[in-house]
Amino acid sequence: MTQSLLEIDKLSVTFQLPNGPVTAVKDVSFSIAEGETLALVGESGSGKSVTSTAAMRLLPELAETSGAIRFNGENLLEVTPKRMRRVRGNDISMIFQEPMTSLNPLHRIGRQIGEVLIRHKQLKGKANRQRVLELLNQVGIPEPERRIDSYPYELSGGQRQRVMIAMALAGEPKLLIADEPTTALDVTVQAQILELLKSLQAKYGMAILFITHDLSIVRHFADHVAVMRYGEVVESGRTLDVFDNPQHEYTRMLLDAIPRGRKEPAPADSPVLLSGQDVKVRFALKKRLFGKNEYFEAVRGIDLSIRRGQTLGIVGESGSGKSTLGRALLRLLKSEGEIRFEEADISGLDKSGMRPLRSRLQVVFQDPFGSLSPRMTVGDIISEGLKVHHPELNRRQREAEVIAALEEVALDPSMRNRYPHEFSGGQRQRIAIARALILKPELLLLDEPTSALDRSVQVRVIDLLRDLQKKHGLTYLFISHDLSVVRALSDDVLVMKEGRVIEQGSTEMIFSQPKEAYTQALLKAAFLESEAA
Amino acid sequence: MTSDTKPYSGEQAQGAPLPAGGPNPPRSPEPEADVAPVGAAPIGESLAKDAWRRLSQNRAAMLSLGLLIAIIVVCIVGPWLLPWGLAEVDWNAFGTGPTLENAHYLGTDANGRDLLTRVLYGGRVSLSVALVASFVSLVIGVLYGAISGYLGGRVDNYMMRFVDIMYSLPFMFLVILLMVVFGRNIFLIYAAIGAVEWLDMARIVRGQTLALKRREFIEAAHALGVRDTKIVTRHLIPNAIGPVIIYVTLTVPKVILLESFLSFLGLGVQEPLTSWGVLISEGVDMMESAPWMLLVPSIFLALTLFCLNFLGDGLRDALDPRTR
Amino acid sequence: MLIYTLKRLLQAIPTLLIVITISFFLMRVAPGGPFDGERQLPPEIEANLMAAYHLDEPLPMQYLRYMGNLLQGDFGPSFKYKDFSVTELIMQGFPVSLEIGGLAILLALIVGLPLGIAAAIKRNSTVDYVVMGTALTGIAVPNFVLAPIFALVFGVLLGWLPAGGWNGGALPNLVLPVVALSIQQIAYIARMMRASMIEVLGSHFIRTARAKGLNEGEVLWRHAIRPALLPVMSYLGPAIAGIITGSVVIEQIFGIPGIGRYFVQGALNRDYTLVMGTVVFYGVLIVLMNLIVDLLYSALDPQIRYDD
Repeated sequence: MTQSLLEIDKLSVTFQLPNGPVTAVKDVSFSIAEGETLALVGESGSGKSVTSTAAMRLLPELAETSGAIRFNGENLLEVTPKRMRRVRGNDISMIFQEPMTSLNPLHRIGRQIGEVLIRHKQLKGKANRQRVLELLNQVGIPEPERRIDSYPYELSGGQRQRVMIAMALAGEPKLLIADEPTTALDVTVQAQILELLKSLQAKYGMAILFITHDLSIVRHFADHVAVMRYGEVVESGRTLDVFDNPQHEYTRMLLDAIPRGRKEPAPADSPVLLSGQDVKVRFALKKRLFGKNEYFEAVRGIDLSIRRGQTLGIVGESGSGKSTLGRALLRLLKSEGEIRFEEADISGLDKSGMRPLRSRLQVVFQDPFGSLSPRMTVGDIISEGLKVHHPELNRRQREAEVIAALEEVALDPSMRNRYPHEFSGGQRQRIAIARALILKPELLLLDEPTSALDRSVQVRVIDLLRDLQKKHGLTYLFISHDLSVVRALSDDVLVMKEGRVIEQGSTEMIFSQPKEAYTQALLKAAFLESEAA
Repeated sequence: MTSDTKPYSGEQAQGAPLPAGGPNPPRSPEPEADVAPVGAAPIGESLAKDAWRRLSQNRAAMLSLGLLIAIIVVCIVGPWLLPWGLAEVDWNAFGTGPTLENAHYLGTDANGRDLLTRVLYGGRVSLSVALVASFVSLVIGVLYGAISGYLGGRVDNYMMRFVDIMYSLPFMFLVILLMVVFGRNIFLIYAAIGAVEWLDMARIVRGQTLALKRREFIEAAHALGVRDTKIVTRHLIPNAIGPVIIYVTLTVPKVILLESFLSFLGLGVQEPLTSWGVLISEGVDMMESAPWMLLVPSIFLALTLFCLNFLGDGLRDALDPRTR
Repeated sequence: MLIYTLKRLLQAIPTLLIVITISFFLMRVAPGGPFDGERQLPPEIEANLMAAYHLDEPLPMQYLRYMGNLLQGDFGPSFKYKDFSVTELIMQGFPVSLEIGGLAILLALIVGLPLGIAAAIKRNSTVDYVVMGTALTGIAVPNFVLAPIFALVFGVLLGWLPAGGWNGGALPNLVLPVVALSIQQIAYIARMMRASMIEVLGSHFIRTARAKGLNEGEVLWRHAIRPALLPVMSYLGPAIAGIITGSVVIEQIFGIPGIGRYFVQGALNRDYTLVMGTVVFYGVLIVLMNLIVDLLYSALDPQIRYDD
């Protein structure tokens, strides 16, 4: 290895919390050479962000650090705060995961970037503005002359992240710390930002410490990789070596945690269970007392049908209308057009008309923290549907059903008297699945059921969903932005953008020969082509 | 309209998250144990129990709670134990200071009435006003806010417009007018103060309801076919209760203050009844010759308000999900 | 902006209408009348008086007449202060009330904001505990208790400042009422500022500012204070209303010739026009203050634009 720019040596970070100390990072060591990229990989709670924040000395005061963080040989943990401020933004810059909230909402972006130039380059007035324009240009903000005076709320998430990058570049740092810079962005935007970082790295010759949970990004982006778990580095080395020949079982598990396999197709003669014709959903943006109301058309006329036992994957980026479509098909939202369930038109039914059907059409939502009422026990949550649809059951019978449902989703039934906040994300998602399954539904709407979960947990939830489908002959309407998951689960795929269907076909077709440019861009951005399936 | 986000957005942040300024909050390195370990069926800790545990760890709040209970008990029981009646005149003691000698432990007023007895009777009135008026505002506010938020759309729009209009009324003056006009009747005080204080509660409950309506567990309940009434009673209300409790603890001291303010102006309860505000007002008149007449009811009032505020702060910290 | 302002002023009309109507009829259904004074007037004189003030007309007529006069800016004559019109009384009292109230708000901001900021920066330190403890005491001791104690201690016992009176608004006469009026608001503002400052200091963009290499002073001054001020700004509306209400008591205790006094005395004396006049005046004042606060808010926050 060439001379290292940043060397982290036996770094430990302990938070003095009221309930006692918690060690978030334990004896972590790694180093980055000038101009190279090191990816710090790990799942949530692995301590990867704490490590990188410690390098900037931006941890809250209740954090205690030990070990050394040497930048060009200087131990940053020991320098004065004044010296540290010369390093921040000048030698080391940082971009963050949250582009929406990382910019000051009350200042124009030009001023926020210019601030770095004033602080570290003594660049003021016209020269300052000129340099800011240059930077905005370099990070690909359209019309920099106009945008320089924009406020953050006037920019999209991708643009804000570009502004953050411009701000980080302003000091021409030797090291850029990028903490999950693309996680909050749509896949296509994600790809653009990564591309931008790569080209800027070449131009400025800076090293990048890239923190991510996404292994496919690592493979494409990093020279070296360090894998973290529970605050420790379990494995590190050259990216190719680690990926081709992982030594630690955790690394192997992570690499393995990519949804694989394909769904066995449903019998060709199985009947259509649910179909929609010219389904439209619109939301009122502004209601006027007089004159026309203003509407936003979220779903603009979609035809689809799902046969019994099939999985239809609906793919799209945020704002594409995919979730809205799902809710409309289940009649959880008002919509126009025809929706048929087993030949019967259900689009005209009112609440009480729908009620008997509800047990047959169930749903699992994305957010494992928002989809369970925090004030009810898990048992009460799961049995709520039984009270509606099987009022004849007594308490003991309901309890037996709850136990069976929990066992089915591989949760300990003795946990049924606990409250949701005592469970992890993956467990909560299992509870949500149990709540749906207990009614023995025929169709399950899965709205991004795995998106909020860590990859390794994701894979297990997907396996569970797959097993359940096989066992009960379930039909899935699977909504996701995650193409690898969709590929592993669906028979057919429907690609949505701006409320319309862009492309529709069998999973095989869409993934191997996408016709539309948008689908191709999506697939490319997801780095699927290189994945050995 | 910006109104729904405006008031109290800062106040409620009182119990801000602990490791502020940091990156991802430091999590305890709990493995994402996906499959639960087997064990005997344990009873989980509900959020209410959890909140109580946090509250009981807050020494200032617990002390306030204890003191508050003590004040309430003394006000209820005390007058029976003391040898003096509310309006009983001791012809041997006019305006005497606090002493142990003649059983006027906190002195007498200018008419020879026992001050401690009067303060405790006054406490009954002040506390009952606080309780009843807060309850009135709670009922109106919760109903109004929940209906507005749950129905949403145009109804919500009009209902909130109405609240906005009410906000810009010089309410204090209308209450004063009301008291002047209909005489100083305690039931009127209950109603008038309750009618003034419900506005904030309505806004808070509406905001809660709107936010909860978008939460996925409500959607899940709809998907299960749960009836609207059940959704409101089983899902909406239990989840909105935290902020409501927090706000009630803010309302009670406000109401006490309002009552004593009216009484001070001579618009509160009438003789022979008394309240802390009335006593303070009498005390001000005698301030120079008998300062205890001002100090004793003032201390009772301030202590009660102090405890209520401390308890409110503690409850807010205990119930705020962000500190969890 | 201009259109928004006009729109808000138009929206204020129904509000004021409600205020006027409620208070008009409330006053009139009250038992007793303006001439029930100490000595019984002969019936014919009373009848003459009633006729002179149109009090013998049916209520709806009186209401319409009052509204008509109001539209021409005429609040009518005072019943009790017979030589003055209500307008004159308000115009005499208002500058006094304005001076006291304005100074109190100013003092509340000047003292409350820095205290809140200091407590937030030094969170969970002695500074924080002392400031917040004092603030809670300030909230717990109402101004009608504080004011007389102030008057007693500083005015009578120590003799440093006059215990009451206006004296044409001389500085020594101003100190006690202004301080007494502002203490509760200082406490509220300090608590609010602390809470919102803590929230802002924990936000992502403050982390960004620190990552740029700015020092703590720059972070605070350039990035933290303005966003933290926003919730406090929106509290200013209620704060002003609170100061106005508070001044009713303060003016009484210190014997200051502002409008607050007129209101209470007017209400007790059934001085219909005087009470109506003060209520309407305060209604307009509160509406205007809320509008100004909202416009200030939009000046601080670029995301709020009142274009339509």
